[in-house]
Amino acid sequence: MSLDLDAISICAADGTALFQPVTLHVPAGKVVTVMGPSGVGKSTFLDAIGGHLKPGFCLSGKVLLNGRDVTTLPAEARRIGLMFQDALLFPHLSVGDNLAFGLPPGLRGRLQRRTAVETALDQAGLAGLYDRDPATLSGGQRARAALMRTLLAEPAALLLDEPFSKLDAGLRGDMRRFTFDHVKSRAVPALMVTHDPDDATAAGGPIVALAGLVQP
Amino acid sequence: MSHDGRLLRAIVLGVVGLGLIAPIVFGLWQTGRAAFGVLPALGQDVASLEPWRDLAALPGFGTSLRLTLVTGLGSTLLSLLLATGFCAAVHARINPSAGARLLTPFLAIPHAAMAVGLAFVLAPSGWIARALAPVAGWDRPPDIPLVNDGWGIALMIGLMVKEVPFLLLVILSALSQIPVARQMAAGRALGYGRGIVWIKIIMPQVWPLIRLPVWVVLAYALSVVDMAIILGPSNPPTLAVAVTRWFSDPNPAMILPASAGAIFQAGIVVLGVGLLVLGEAVGKVIGRWWLRRGGRGLSAEPGLWVTSAGVMVLMSVGVLAMLSLVVWSLAWRWSFPQVLPETWSLKPWMGAQDRWMRALANTLVLAGATVALSLALAIAWLEGEDSAPRARAPWAEALIYLPLLIPQIGFLFGLNIGFLHLGLSGSIWAVVWAQALFVFPYVMIALSDPWRALDPRMIRAAAALGAGRGRRLWAIKLPVLIRPIMTAAAIGVAVSVAQYLPTLFMGAGRIATLTTEAVTLSSGSDRRVTGVYATLQAALPLVAYLAAFLIPAIVHRNRRDLSGTSAT
Repeated sequence: MSLDLDAISICAADGTALFQPVTLHVPAGKVVTVMGPSGVGKSTFLDAIGGHLKPGFCLSGKVLLNGRDVTTLPAEARRIGLMFQDALLFPHLSVGDNLAFGLPPGLRGRLQRRTAVETALDQAGLAGLYDRDPATLSGGQRARAALMRTLLAEPAALLLDEPFSKLDAGLRGDMRRFTFDHVKSRAVPALMVTHDPDDATAAGGPIVALAGLVQP
Repeated sequence: MSHDGRLLRAIVLGVVGLGLIAPIVFGLWQTGRAAFGVLPALGQDVASLEPWRDLAALPGFGTSLRLTLVTGLGSTLLSLLLATGFCAAVHARINPSAGARLLTPFLAIPHAAMAVGLAFVLAPSGWIARALAPVAGWDRPPDIPLVNDGWGIALMIGLMVKEVPFLLLVILSALSQIPVARQMAAGRALGYGRGIVWIKIIMPQVWPLIRLPVWVVLAYALSVVDMAIILGPSNPPTLAVAVTRWFSDPNPAMILPASAGAIFQAGIVVLGVGLLVLGEAVGKVIGRWWLRRGGRGLSAEPGLWVTSAGVMVLMSVGVLAMLSLVVWSLAWRWSFPQVLPETWSLKPWMGAQDRWMRALANTLVLAGATVALSLALAIAWLEGEDSAPRARAPWAEALIYLPLLIPQIGFLFGLNIGFLHLGLSGSIWAVVWAQALFVFPYVMIALSDPWRALDPRMIRAAAALGAGRGRRLWAIKLPVLIRPIMTAAAIGVAVSVAQYLPTLFMGAGRIATLTTEAVTLSSGSDRRVTGVYATLQAALPLVAYLAAFLIPAIVHRNRRDLSGTSAT
């Protein structure tokens, strides 16, 4: 598996480009970190790759997953997972049902699906919390549940949007290790944007600077 | 995805355009033609100013016009003053969501039911007179015309009892968007009194947020019919009531001056809104001059407390009015100076059983159909907006307010001509359509803010997990938004139940609802039967609000982020 960006650039509604075109290659199981000054459009950059670009922006360049061009596919057909600084568990579903929401429909049978979710909960140190209200979890538990939900959907690539910035300093190290271990063991290409240099160090992969264009 | 969005959006805009805007434009056009003497059905096809001359010559026209202006402008401005003063006095002390819950019964009860209750309370033989009787030594109802008085005071009280709570709600929600406490502290630290900070700093920020609702209140007060029939002067009545009477005059030739009156009525509303706009412009200039002088001013506290007392009195009268509906519907013998009935009975309920059951059934069917239709349209609109490649269309949103600003009497007659051509007039579907014109805007207004406030990243997270448009809507958006959706539905039920003119005109008098029956009976003799209809009319929206509160609380009982009031 691999994620390739070919000369990706984004322009705003008035036609001005946000940053210089980006070309990069993310191999399976590796984390590439994108850094840049705030306001340069890091989140918009991830939106474009995941297929979530808001109306009004235009995109040029190509997003390739395992060599296949997915640039024109809608978000739900790309199989690109997304993690934010907030866990964004669905508030109306239990913790387990949040994970089940991510499980592909191809996995049949009530029992099999339940087992798959329970296994994932177990891996995340959340065993026995299937029926819990996500609002009652701690910050770290919520972040792990969100990662498991994303991984259960069997993404072909992972986008991390400042995933650790809202966690306590103590939890941050654990969560980085937990996330990057899963990226490695599942051999998913991952792209992370952050402004925390420690994130980049922990990720251990190449670092790409998103360069803003000099305003006239 | 974007193609689906575009299609959905086109369909919604088409439905809104053809179903909502076109009928109003058509109705205004037909009424306008009749106002200038063109009404082919009566063999009139030469344009002339005759209807306008007839209108001006109709007995009582001048008085009606004066009454409309005094009651409409007066009640709106007084309501605004009272609501603003009350908010200034108590804002720091009340919890907004608890306040909103307290206001719910006042917002839910239809104007006609409130009017019936107020008539019970204010009448010479009403509760207030009964309470005063031992002190004043009355053994017969005093000969003071407190309801249907020639000045329209009872009507103004009635309008204010309904409009003050609405404005309170609107102002409270506007205040939640402004850092009031910090600005108040900053202002007071500069030496300004509390009242002056409120006038100079807070209100100028609140006004743009409540401008449109105030316009809607004014348009309503200037053209209200059901409440004016029950509480207002009867001979001559306010202009809107007079026009309604002329439309239903046995002499069909009266339709021409009636149409002129209907167009005139619309003109009055335009004028009233124009006055508000002018007042705003003048207020801006004077306000800036006043602000720049830097006067710390005298304390405005006494004024604040007077307005607060006024609000409390109005609300108490309103509560009495709601109670009196139930008491009257259960009363049997209740002679004058007694404060409570001497004997109670279910006979008023049993006696008219067939009739009120039919009216209740019609009301339920109409409310169910209009709310379902409006909710589906509103959700389709907002969903289309989420997935369309272009951002939302402000012009389309402005059009939503159109049915709330144009007086009903201005276009309903003309619209009925169209329904007659289609063979729809007098059918329940014609009434559903006409009511939906007024239900949809409120449903849309209630739903759009919570819908747009939904975290877009949550929807993106669902898409990234492979959920398509349909699954995102049904499995995420609708369940998460169940509370605002149910609230919007409850508001829709309240609006539908309260509709009087659309039911009367489009139903061609054949579709009896709780509201049309209550208004018809209110002029009659038996208060107990009127009480039955008004009680039911008031209870229906309350039940809807209660359901809107309970259902989400039960469905999401184990979900902390959704079960509280924070989700709305």
